[in-house]
This record gives sequence, structure tokens and C-alpha cells, in this order.
Amino acid sequence: MNFSMFLQHFTNALGLGSMYGLIAIGYTMVYGILRLINFAHGDIFMLGAYFVFFATIQYKIPWALGLVIAVLGATACGLLVDRIAYRPLRDAPRISALISAIGVSFFIENASIVAFTGVPRNVIQPKLLMEPFALGTVRLIPLSLMVPVISFVLAAGLLWVIYRTKQGLAMRSISHDIETTRLMGVSVDKTIALTFAIGSALAAVAGIMWALRYPKVEPLMGMMPGFKAFIAAVFGGVGSVAGAMLGGLSLGFIEIMSVAFFPKLSGYRDAFAFVLLIVILLVKPTGLLGEKLEDKI
Amino acid sequence: MSAERGAKKVRNRFLTVLAIISFAVFLQQAPNLLDGYKIRIMNMIAINAILGLSLNLIYGMAGMFSLGHAGFMAVGAYVSALLILTPAQKTAMWILDPIAPWLLGVHAPFLISILAAGLAAAFFGWLISMPVLRLGGDYLGIATLGFSEILRILITNLTPITNGPLGLKGIPAHTNLRVSYGILLVTLFCTVRLMKSNFGNVIKAVRDDETAARTMGINTFQTRVLAFTIGCFGAGVGGALMGNIITTIDPRMFTINQTYNTLMIVVIGGLGSITGSVVGSVLVTVMLEWLRFVENPIMIGSTQLFLSGKPGMRMVIFSLLLIGVIIFRREGVMGMKEFSWDRLFSFFSRQRGDAA
Amino acid sequence: MSGPALSLRGLVLRFGGLLAVNDLTMEVPRGGIVGLIGPNGAGKTSVFNVVTGFYKPASGYVEFSPQEGPARKITGLPPHEICRAGLARTFQNIRLFGNATAVENVMAGAYVREKSRWWMNILPLFPSAMREEREIRESAAAMLERLGLEKYMDAAASSLPYGAQRRLEIARALSTKPSFLLLDEPAAGMNPQESAELLTFIRNLRDEFSLSILLIEHDMKVVMGVCEHIWVLDQGSLIANGKPDEIKKDPRVIEAYLGKEAANA
Repeated sequence: MNFSMFLQHFTNALGLGSMYGLIAIGYTMVYGILRLINFAHGDIFMLGAYFVFFATIQYKIPWALGLVIAVLGATACGLLVDRIAYRPLRDAPRISALISAIGVSFFIENASIVAFTGVPRNVIQPKLLMEPFALGTVRLIPLSLMVPVISFVLAAGLLWVIYRTKQGLAMRSISHDIETTRLMGVSVDKTIALTFAIGSALAAVAGIMWALRYPKVEPLMGMMPGFKAFIAAVFGGVGSVAGAMLGGLSLGFIEIMSVAFFPKLSGYRDAFAFVLLIVILLVKPTGLLGEKLEDKI
Repeated sequence: MSAERGAKKVRNRFLTVLAIISFAVFLQQAPNLLDGYKIRIMNMIAINAILGLSLNLIYGMAGMFSLGHAGFMAVGAYVSALLILTPAQKTAMWILDPIAPWLLGVHAPFLISILAAGLAAAFFGWLISMPVLRLGGDYLGIATLGFSEILRILITNLTPITNGPLGLKGIPAHTNLRVSYGILLVTLFCTVRLMKSNFGNVIKAVRDDETAARTMGINTFQTRVLAFTIGCFGAGVGGALMGNIITTIDPRMFTINQTYNTLMIVVIGGLGSITGSVVGSVLVTVMLEWLRFVENPIMIGSTQLFLSGKPGMRMVIFSLLLIGVIIFRREGVMGMKEFSWDRLFSFFSRQRGDAA
Repeated sequence: MSGPALSLRGLVLRFGGLLAVNDLTMEVPRGGIVGLIGPNGAGKTSVFNVVTGFYKPASGYVEFSPQEGPARKITGLPPHEICRAGLARTFQNIRLFGNATAVENVMAGAYVREKSRWWMNILPLFPSAMREEREIRESAAAMLERLGLEKYMDAAASSLPYGAQRRLEIARALSTKPSFLLLDEPAAGMNPQESAELLTFIRNLRDEFSLSILLIEHDMKVVMGVCEHIWVLDQGSLIANGKPDEIKKDPRVIEAYLGKEAANA
């Protein structure tokens, strides 16, 4: 493998990894606060991709406006999921909420099959993003640089919100102790809704970038990236935004690089994430950057 | 008091035997009474009940949230099919890669293959339970889901053994009502006996409070491994029976959706209730078939009913149902209760009392 | 004839930087009823958790002398092994198997002594296993009757009234056939009359089941009434030990509970 090929794989891994990271942030934030695996998160990602497809390609809305519509639409769906399927179960055993999450995911996927048909649709990539340019000996397209840049900017912005704003403080304190936070006069439901909104918006952005990168959309496209991003969140340490990005990048690099160096493994690519999950749970269940949660006896 | 109790016990046992015999007579006559489609649904009910019972043992009774059932079913289905298919069938089927030589001549009769399927699935269950059962709750769910996916990817890629993505065709349709309900009866009997023994109390203890169980001298890890492995055995048997009724298996049959299906049976029937899993299987299987009509165009006069005739619609309705059950009736149809003749009689006498 | 039933030697327990138990050495004589008291957060339950194997001490060890056989170190054993050795406990915040019935709770406790294997009861082929199951059920019923719980036999444990739940927890602990019982606040939530009855109840338990008992309790009437010896913890360290009368007068104990002024007054 020569250097320019390696660099090609490197940018691919960076792009894939940062998209995993963006999706993982939504999982990690919701899990950090509610101890709930939001199974529907991968489907919000899919909806984001579909919305931008319909807006720009079907209805010819300008790209900039289409992006806003898609992100807002997916965010609204994320909020709706929380309101309808999770909020009634806040005081129920956690496992009930988990089953509800599975039900919602199942619902969104099948409703999408009904609404959009199961046939994959091609996304037309804007020329602007596809015009190759040379960087030394390597030819790159703007899209493959844009994906990691946007992801990192968004993640950095989120960290600022979490550590520098009042809403961020509320989120952090809910994840420590939801009851006490309620007593302190923080509107817990609103803060949780905000968490869902942020997570869904980021997932939608990731979905849009995904649709541009692998130019097609289909109703089940969110399933695998969703599972993998959750694994990335666990790998990075559940509850930690930086950990989610780190986990996403690690997973992206593992997937791309192992296939790049051992092409025979390409059939097993989807299994790497799950092997990684089992390994990390055995070796360091709290993940790379996570904190330990202990049960009181 | 105790004489009355003894008399009731004799009566209940008599009624149970009577019920089983009359159901057996019904099954014997079923081929004359019902068409092939209905018989197939009857078979699926039995298979789904076996799958539901096995997942219920893992999740409802031992409290381990496992999302790996599809993977263990796949192991069972493949092991059984590979044992049943003849060498001639095998040579004809492996197109992408030649079949592994040692596998070509391996052959076993149907019932032995079912047993082998259960044992193989149990082995894989035991293998994964060692590392992942130390995890609690939802982490366990996602880890077992991951393992199930790994199994599926292995099956897709190990072409010399599994024929890869093409799957296996021409499996003889050995599963008939006698077989499926016979095995269901054995499964029911073993589950009931197991849960009524003191080991059943121990399984429930581990579910209800692991800390307290450990303090009471229970090796909770060992107990969980055992319950998980037994459950996986059931999944393997169910998968094998399913392969022998559909006659074609491929890796795409055993995605997470297959696990969700079984999970719905357990949740709708009632977590931790043996009767519930059977009831859940009847409800879910029948409803899934019945809902097929929404995927056909429904005409009102000359206009087609909105949203009817769209593929995927029955799963939409079904997932809404699952969400509805979990929000409004979390304990499912049976809760943790079991069917008993005493309960049935007291229900009827209460009805009569109300009427009087 | 022999040494103490339970002895703790130089026990140190840390949670991160926090010193929960600091160099604790104490013992419980065979057949004794001994109290472990101290203000909230003194580390009493942490001591129980070390003894029953849930926490690993940073240093020091716990030694246990079973009814028969030599004394052995139990630090480092998993909780279920410690129970098998003959120690049983109850919990401050009652931890029953809530969905199981009362009799099932007690039966599950007896499992640790059960000889037949789990698969022996699926088919009625092993007369010894069937006999053992029947005996376990019968002695569980007898245990419930002994503790006055017979009317709750088939009721779900979580549906029992509070006092009955406390007694059921003790019944479950006793069904593991222990020679040593640790009670974590047995009088919590009881009214004065109930806690007065508790005194004789605990003494009878000790005599009937030949137990040694270590108990944590905040109700001073109970502690002073039933304990033959008392150890006092404050902020993880032992500050006093002695007979109830001595403890009552000990200025350090009064200070720990009520503050400095009260001790000087």
C-alpha cells in the first residue's frame, strides 16, 4: 500500500468515524440521563437522510433550506418519540422503556417502508462537493473533508453548551441525580426534551452527510450505523460526549483499516463492531472515558 | 382441609390429562378439518410458543434481557438442516464454494437433528454467557444482540459449511402437527417442572434481587449461565423446527426482527408466565397472519382504503400494538400469573355469584 | 472452649479517597448477642458488607469459626461461599425476592444446603431428590409458622406488611442454616411495642438456632436491652466497646452522638 492510498483510507476512516461519533453523541447523552438505549436513534438518522432527499431532490428546494428543513423535521420526530413512547414510562422499570424503544424503532422503520417504499433511492450529490482537488499527491473531494470538519465543529459546540450554559448544567445534574435536580426547580422534562432534540439534530446531520457520502437512502439504513454508534458510545464511555466522538473515530478506523490491510476480512466488516463491544465490556466496562456507576447495597 | 386439597389435586390432574388427550384427538383430526394454510399456522403457533418459552426462561424468569435469540435459532436451524440434507442435495447446492468434505457425509434422522440443534445452540449460548452475563440489564441486551449478529455474519461468510448467503434449500418438511405439538408438550412439561422445583425459586430469586440471592448462598453467576444455556437450547430447537417447516433457510431470516418477534410474544403474554408465552404465541401468530389483509388493497366501493395494500403496514400496526401494550398494560395478558384449574373454577363461581 | 465466632482484625476499607473503615479490630463471642452502633455514616453497614463478602478490604481480614471445624479466614471469598460457611444476614432496606411468595423466599434460602442437582427434579426419577424437595418445602412452611408468618405462606413477598417483611427476611436467612446471623437494623420502622417484643424474639432465636448474633441498631432501647456487648464506631474508627452500662456512660460515645457540649454538660 502506498502513501496516497493510505491517505485515501485515512480520510475515509475519518469521515466514517466522525459520523459514527455524531450519532453516538445522541445515544450517550440519552443514556447518561435516562439510562435508556434509545433504539429509535438510528431511525432518526435515517429520517434526516430521507427528509433532505425529499426536500432537495423530490421537491427541488434549495440545498441550504432543505438542510434546515431536514434537521428540524428529524428533531421534531426525536421529540415526538420521547413525548409519546418514553415519557409515560419514566417511572416504569427501565426494561419497559427499553421495549418501548424497540417498538418505536420497529414502528419508524416499517412506517418508512410504507411511506417511502422499501426501494433504495439514489441521492444526487451536489457538484460543488464532488469536484476533486489535489493535495500533494492525493486527490480528494471536498465532501470527504467536510464531513469530519462539520462533525468536530458540532461536537465542540455541544461541549460548550454542556459545560458553559445553564441548560448544560441542568443536563449534567440530571444525569447525576434526577430527583434532587427536580427538587432544585429544574424542569426535568424540558431538559430531557432538549437532550433528545440535540441528539436528534446531530443524528440528522450525520444522516444527511451519510446520504451524500454513500449516495442513497433506504428505510433500514439507520439500523447498522445505529447499533455501531451505540457500540462506539459504550467504547468511548457512556455519558461522555468526547468519549462518543473518540469511540466513533476508533470504530471508523478499525473498520476501514482492517479491511484495507486485510481485504479478505471484508465480509466480516460488520462483525468488528460487535466483537469490539464484547471485548470492551470484558476489559473495561466503563469504556475509555466513562465513569463507574455503582449500585448501593 | 388437606383431604379437600388432595381431592382437588386429583381433579386437576384428571382435567389436565383430559385436556391434553382431547387436544391430541383434535390434532389427529386436524388434517381432515383444516386446510394446509391453517395447519401451517397451527404449526407456527407451536414453534413460536417453544421460542417464547425459551426466551421467557431467560428474560422473564431469570431476568436477563437477551436480544440474541435469532442467532441461536440460526445455529439450530443450520445444524438440523445440515444433518438432514443428503450428500446428493449438498453437492448440488454448494455453488459458490465446494462444501467442506467432512460435512458432506454427516447425516442424522430428523429427531436426532433437532436434539443436535438444541445442543449446538446451547453450546454457543454457554460460550457467550461466560463473558457477557457479568453485565447487567441493557448492556447484556446489546451484547447478546451483537453476538447474534456475529453468528449471522459468520454463517454468511463460512460458505464451505453454510453455503453462505444462498442459504439451504430443499429441507424436507418434517415438522408436522404431531412433532411440533409433541415437542411443545415436552418443553412445557420441563419448564413447569423446572420452575416448580426449588431451582425455579432460585432462578426467580436471582431475577428479583441479585445481591440478596448471593447473600443467601446462591451462586448467581452459575445460575444465570445455566438458565441462559437452557433457554438457548430451546431457541435452537425452535429454529430447527422452523427450518423444517419453511424448508428454506438463509442468513437473512435470522436478523434482529426475528428476535423482536419472539420478544413480543413474551411481553404480550406476560413476562415470567409460562401460560403467558403460550397465549402470547397464539395471539401474535394469529394476529400477524390476520394482519396480512391490510397489505392487500381494501376496497370500499370503488375507492381503495387509505394506506391499505402497502407492504410493511402489518408491521406498523404490530409495532404500535407493542408500544401500546408496554405503555398501557405493561404486565401483558397474564402478568406473572399462571393458568390453573382452581383459578378457572373460582373465576366461574365468582361469575355465578355475581349473577345470583 | 473455643475462641470467638467472628473476629475482625485491622480491617481497612476505602472508597476512592474516603476512609470508610479505619483499622477496625473487634470480635463476637460464640453464642453472644453483640451490637455495632454509631451515628449515621459511621461505616456500620460497610462492616457488614465486608464480612459478607461484598466489599474487599484494603487490608486486614475477617476470621470465622463455624459450629464445627477450625476457624478460617473468609475475606476474599465470594458472598455465596460465605453464606455456605454459615453466615447469614438481613438488610437495612429489606431485600426480599419480591415477586416470589413467602414460602418460595424461604425455600430459595434453603437451596445452599440442597444436595440434589437442578435437573433431578424435572422427571420423577430420583426418589432422593423428590424427598429432599418435599423436606425443604415442609421445613420452609415450619419456619414460616415458627416466625408467625403462616398466613402469608403463598402471598407475594412484596405484598406483606412491613413488620412481616422484616420477619420473612430473618426466616429466609435462617433457612440457610447459619451459625452466625448479622441483623442490619432489625427494629427499623417498628413501633415501641413491636421493638419491645423484638428483644425476646432475638434472644429466642439465638437459643433455638444456637446462633451468634451481630446487630446494627439505632433504637437504643433495643441495643441496650438485648446486647451483651457493644462496639461503637464513629467515622470508620472504633471509639469504644464494653457492656451496655459502660457504653451508656462513656463520654466519647455521648460526644459522637450528641456533640461536644452534651458530653461536657
